Amino acid sequence: MNGESFLFTAFALATCLGAIAVVFSQTVVRMAFWLVISLGSTAALFFLANADFVGAAQLLIYVGGTLVLLVFGVMLTASGPYLKIATSPGEIVMGSFVGLLFLLVVFASLSIGAGEDNKIHWPNSSVSAAASGSSVIAAGDTLRPLGLSFLGSRPDHDMASDGDALTPGYLLPFEIVSVHLLVVLIGAAYLARAKRRPVEPGSVP
Amino acid sequence: MMFAAQSIAGFFEKLGGWQYVIAAVIHAVLLVHVFAVSPFAFIWLERKVSGRIQDRLGPTRVGGLFGWLQSLADGIKLVQKEDLCPSAADSMLFRSAPYVVCVSSFAAFMVLPFSHGWVAVAADCGLFIILAILSLEVFGIIMAGYSSGSKWSLFGGMREAAQMVSYEIPLAICALVPVIAAGSLNLGEIGGMQRGWFTNWFMFHDPFTFIAFFVYFVVATASCKRAPFDLAEAESELVGGFHTEYSGMRWSFFFMGEYASMFAVCGIASILFLGGWNTGLAPIDDALYAARNASIDGSSGSAAVGYLANVIGAGIFAAKASFGVFVQVWLRWTLPRLRIDQVMTTCLKYLVPISCFLFLGATLWPLVLVTGLGRTTWNAPIGDRAAEGLRETREGQGGVAVMADPSVDVGLLAPARNGIESEGVVQ
Repeated sequence: MNGESFLFTAFALATCLGAIAVVFSQTVVRMAFWLVISLGSTAALFFLANADFVGAAQLLIYVGGTLVLLVFGVMLTASGPYLKIATSPGEIVMGSFVGLLFLLVVFASLSIGAGEDNKIHWPNSSVSAAASGSSVIAAGDTLRPLGLSFLGSRPDHDMASDGDALTPGYLLPFEIVSVHLLVVLIGAAYLARAKRRPVEPGSVP
Repeated sequence: MMFAAQSIAGFFEKLGGWQYVIAAVIHAVLLVHVFAVSPFAFIWLERKVSGRIQDRLGPTRVGGLFGWLQSLADGIKLVQKEDLCPSAADSMLFRSAPYVVCVSSFAAFMVLPFSHGWVAVAADCGLFIILAILSLEVFGIIMAGYSSGSKWSLFGGMREAAQMVSYEIPLAICALVPVIAAGSLNLGEIGGMQRGWFTNWFMFHDPFTFIAFFVYFVVATASCKRAPFDLAEAESELVGGFHTEYSGMRWSFFFMGEYASMFAVCGIASILFLGGWNTGLAPIDDALYAARNASIDGSSGSAAVGYLANVIGAGIFAAKASFGVFVQVWLRWTLPRLRIDQVMTTCLKYLVPISCFLFLGATLWPLVLVTGLGRTTWNAPIGDRAAEGLRETREGQGGVAVMADPSVDVGLLAPARNGIESEGVVQ
């Protein structure tokens, strides 16, 4: 085991264990702490893959921005000293069902993508991997058709057919999902807004 | 010293795959020393400066001249103290909060270059990484404030959260103003571009960077929660703010983190605005630059000279950053503390618009100069310096062969030679 794979194992374990601890802890701020561990280790995985910018963006946006806002929100809105969230059994069943389904999708898509005939072979990939000498790159190209099609290109289709029309990929659904997130945010802001109650005459405001 | 370095290099080659681990450990130990010794010096400095400002002597008893061992005595006292955890506290978060603060300010030194090529990780988006890492410190403070189980701590943590979330915006925008002039986020490259007379420093690049330096310094002081912005630990109203319940070593971790991040933000200021490890005097800078370049050729004597040049560079960098820390200490003991609403007003109503204006002005400045003077800078064009800075950094990293290719080199220098002197082309 060389240093890089050791570090990868360590940070991947920290990511997974942090995520599991988020699920199993009941105090909101403790969840946020474990989320910091998990997301920070994800950033470390990005740094390990030589994706400095993505790693720094992960730190700045998720750990530095979102989580601070989350904790800040908890501190502003908490009624008791330590806000707790208890999960009902129904929610556990529902959550584990959705989680297992997602795991199945990820596993299926990865195992399909790992097939030799489904792999994309770039013309220079072996040359560049040998020149850069990094073991992450040299371990084989990590590009999968699924990942590329989320970026809007379908090389598996476009290279196979010599037609002039490019296949659009999944970029549009992906963008629709992100707009959906915005809708969810606005809805949450609307729900959390203080309700105006009609002021009764004679009552002290 | 050189013989030692060579024998160490030979030792590493024998170890094979473990050389990176050992190199990492050596770098980490060196950085820990910077991290632990600089607060040692700065705490003494703070006591001494505050004493002088208040017409006192400051520490005189402990240690010899000027009481310079006072910090060590403080440290020994703090190590001895009992490690308390209040019964109302969330003990896991309470115990881990100081480590979050400490680790995040320590990790910032990872990408901070001390001299040409003297950086643990020479990342191409180093400035972005260092700002991202420094923004993590606030999480530890909020955790400490929340988990202490005390209302003073909670108030301190909330103030800190509000202040940090607001002040990060002008901090990032002000740091972008010299980046526009430099056209790079690589801190090593930005430092290398400012070689020559001090007019080459990005502070004097245009009026907007000149103002941006002062705005950056104010915002950086606030982001280290130093007075007059130390609302998170306002002693007069909140006992101790977020660290009310802490004692002993955990308390001192907060302060080690604070002094280290003061040094880090002042180091960023000195690289972005004040020329980094360059003296600002062209003959000296050229001599140091020549010594470094000679050391790349490889003979043992010139390597030692190049090493010495880097040591001098690191000294200059540390002196500039320490001067910044001194000014922060000076401000702390001179200005009264603001109220929290004044702190927020200063940031959101004044500093954010000012920094946005500076950002816009810095983008328009080259265009104005092109129409007026026919070139993009008022002094020596940045084009050839940019290429040199780039080459310096790439050779300092010792791996990328692209810059050794003469055709690429000509391509980079061509705009300056043609007299176009456009920054955009060089970038």
